[in-house]
Amino acid sequence: MINILTVYGQLLIKALGQTLLLALLGLFFACILGIIFGIMSVLKSKVCRVIQQVFVDIIRGVPMIVLAFFIYFGVPYAFNNLLGVRMVLTALQAGTIALALNCGAYMSEIIRAGIQSVDVGQMEAARSLGLSYWRSMYRVVMPQAIRTMIPTIINQFIITLKDTSILSVIGFPELVNTAKTVVANTMDSFSVWAIVGVMYLIVITTLSKVAKALERRLSYDRKK
Amino acid sequence: MTVRSNNVKIHVSHLQKSFGDLEVLKDISTDIYEGEVVVILGPSGSGKSTFLRCLNRLEEFQSGEVVVDGYNMADKKIDINKVRENIGMVFQHFNLFNNLNVLKNLMLAPVDLKKADKETAKKQALAMLEKVGLSDKADAYPHQLSGGQKQRVAIARALCMNPDIMLFDEPTSALDPEMVGEVLQVIRQLAAEGMTMVIVSHEIGFAREVADRAIFMDGGYIVEEGTPEEVILNPKEPRAIDFFNKVL
Repeated sequence: MINILTVYGQLLIKALGQTLLLALLGLFFACILGIIFGIMSVLKSKVCRVIQQVFVDIIRGVPMIVLAFFIYFGVPYAFNNLLGVRMVLTALQAGTIALALNCGAYMSEIIRAGIQSVDVGQMEAARSLGLSYWRSMYRVVMPQAIRTMIPTIINQFIITLKDTSILSVIGFPELVNTAKTVVANTMDSFSVWAIVGVMYLIVITTLSKVAKALERRLSYDRKK
Repeated sequence: MTVRSNNVKIHVSHLQKSFGDLEVLKDISTDIYEGEVVVILGPSGSGKSTFLRCLNRLEEFQSGEVVVDGYNMADKKIDINKVRENIGMVFQHFNLFNNLNVLKNLMLAPVDLKKADKETAKKQALAMLEKVGLSDKADAYPHQLSGGQKQRVAIARALCMNPDIMLFDEPTSALDPEMVGEVLQVIRQLAAEGMTMVIVSHEIGFAREVADRAIFMDGGYIVEEGTPEEVILNPKEPRAIDFFNKVL
């Protein structure tokens, strides 16, 4: 095991970096998608709510590995052969899109639930003072919704971070993909997968500790 | 008792409002004058709260006319937020902003709507807190206050916008009996200052004491309207007689 660490340690660390890069990019766009669709789902407009529901149903109903294949192979194929437009997606681009769509759908549901958990009286009180819908949302409803959302959002972040391993199937050199190469070279699958497991464990445990601290700092009405 | 002027502050005619198939307000007409204190009484489900909420368009209505401060509330083109700045509202369940402390609850709207800069808003907020007897609670969060304190903060918050109309939606119904008095005292003081107020309440004694006019509603109609003495002690309609027999 020591041997593998000294020879392949740097490579694995770099792969972990790629995993984190992919996760961060995916999460960034997932947050944007989640906020847009989440807010759409609480609007009065029925069209907006239906669009969000369809988006969530599709993403929830398709395994991410299928989504990743579809985006990486299927979409460029359609562009090149059916539309006659040249198009290539790198594994990072396709992976980011797959992660963002997948995580974004779940995020939008988390945001919807968070906003709906805030008592309607809060919005009514703000509106009765003359604040517009969006100002009331921004100053009163969202700050309260975010507090209840944080634990679930962090949980979703962790799931997404782990889901990056699925994207090894489209050849992105993240941790699992790299580990497979290392196993092929060393034949020591026990040590390699143990090391990889510990690497994931360290990152994710750190993330959940940060989440706990954040949650505690943001709480204003919890008894000490 | 306050002296009312002849300026109509709120004009309501043939107001009709339904929630889906349920017609809650059937045909409501009344005028409320500047400086007048009107108490709306009636059994649960009679449409009292819905009527009140139509006055600042928290509920949209299907037909009829509501004119507040000269603004036709049915008109989609009016800036409803501007109109609401002049209509304070106090809710049964207080609805203090849980994410903000008392001072910030009071300052939010004036600062956000650029009615005042932060310093002025803060001074005014502290003055209002003193008025409702809660100067020492400026830094407290809503969850640290009792029901009566919350409702007094809610009243102070509405007053910070310097409204010329105040709407009260059962302001004491969610309070422990021992806290009702402190809230009523604040409302009494506002009445004495000549604030135009519409109060939905179950406090019959308070209504008799503070109101210039009482309205008894049932089944989406105004059944009786007049001085509190007339409506409460000498009701003419069977439904009102029955109601006041039970609650008095």
